[in-house]
Amino acid sequence: MTSKIKPSKGAPYARILGVGGYRPTRVVPNEEILKYIDSSDEWIRSRSGIATRHWAGPEETVSAMSVEAAGKAIADAGITPEQIGAVVVSTVSHFHQTPAVATEIAHKIGAGKPAAFDISAGCAGFGYGLTLAKGLVVEGSAEHVLVIGVERLSDLTDLEDRATAFLFGDGAGAVVVGPSDEPAIGPTVWGSEGDKSHTIKQTLGWDAYRTTPVPGGDGPEARKALDELRFPAITQEGQAVFRWAVFEMAKVAQQALDDAGVSAEDLDVFIPHQANMRIIDSMVKTLKLPESVTVARDVETTGNTSAASIPLAMERLLATGAAKSGDTALVIGFGAGLVYAATVVTLP
Amino acid sequence: MAATQEEILKGLADIVNEIAGIPVEDVKLDKSFTDDLDVDSLSMVEVVVAAEEAFDVKIPDEDVKNLKTVGDAAEYILKHQD
Repeated sequence: MTSKIKPSKGAPYARILGVGGYRPTRVVPNEEILKYIDSSDEWIRSRSGIATRHWAGPEETVSAMSVEAAGKAIADAGITPEQIGAVVVSTVSHFHQTPAVATEIAHKIGAGKPAAFDISAGCAGFGYGLTLAKGLVVEGSAEHVLVIGVERLSDLTDLEDRATAFLFGDGAGAVVVGPSDEPAIGPTVWGSEGDKSHTIKQTLGWDAYRTTPVPGGDGPEARKALDELRFPAITQEGQAVFRWAVFEMAKVAQQALDDAGVSAEDLDVFIPHQANMRIIDSMVKTLKLPESVTVARDVETTGNTSAASIPLAMERLLATGAAKSGDTALVIGFGAGLVYAATVVTLP
Repeated sequence: MAATQEEILKGLADIVNEIAGIPVEDVKLDKSFTDDLDVDSLSMVEVVVAAEEAFDVKIPDEDVKNLKTVGDAAEYILKHQD
């Protein structure tokens, strides 16, 4: 017989309760990148707006950086680690596919036994994680959700590719999402465009490096030409990505504002994924944002940290006083997939 | 109504002026976007998108790299406009 099933009980709404970030201690100026590529500080700055980035050292692992950022976000939220009911980690640069790094992080922050899993949504990862977290809180599967965007993109950088060698950085950003009596995270405008998957990608899959027998193969066919393979790196078609990011993502950002019922005039802060200053500048122009809107330009000193870039930029804006708690912010992430996610939030 | 080459050149000159700050009179058919007009690869995308709107034409990413000079762009637009 069909039994009556008791549903879970969630909160009326969700909000970001706290934010935290971790930037690796080593700051890498453009001059250091010039050891590997034929370019100039002026060229790099004019094409990307990047002056410095942080590169993680051996101890600053994906897990270790996440634990630091999570600790700050939990303290900022004013809760204890035991209150975290789920940990969602977005990363493309944790080199172990299994187990999920989220479980290790959950354990290390002393969260007990929360649900914990990784997601892969490239530079839109924070928005994807935030959307999942909002759903979990409102649906009732977790009262507090820790969302982490973390990358060690220096590990996936081809230092001899003059188009990308200067672009990427490392770091972790985290937020705690919890219950709210008022709406504080708007509808998410998100999606994917798999027909453009070739425009940003990892050059090779791990299977290219297989040296042990292939399942279903004839025998021990170890690859002989391993020394001819370059370590995988992230590559992109700059012009195609730039056009998509500026003009298509401006429409997505506008849709997120419209869906949230917030006009550009009502907006306090704009936190786009920190991919490139040129993209940020062009987006601001295309969106016709008024000068009263504070725009995150963290890319100058942080580089492109993919899933970590939005929470890192959010934390810095709040820490420097450029933005304040209660401000209305438009966040939009976009990247490899291609995937995107935009929403309007109340800053913690 | 389709634009003439002269109208396209004038339109491109206005666009390049708006995006890269190059004086309108410097934008001539034989000028290279990157070498003569200081329009880098990203600004070129902005020029292309503005031109698409101005002349009701589609210029796909794979064709952008072939537009080296203002003349190349004008010819492309002339050939592809509705």
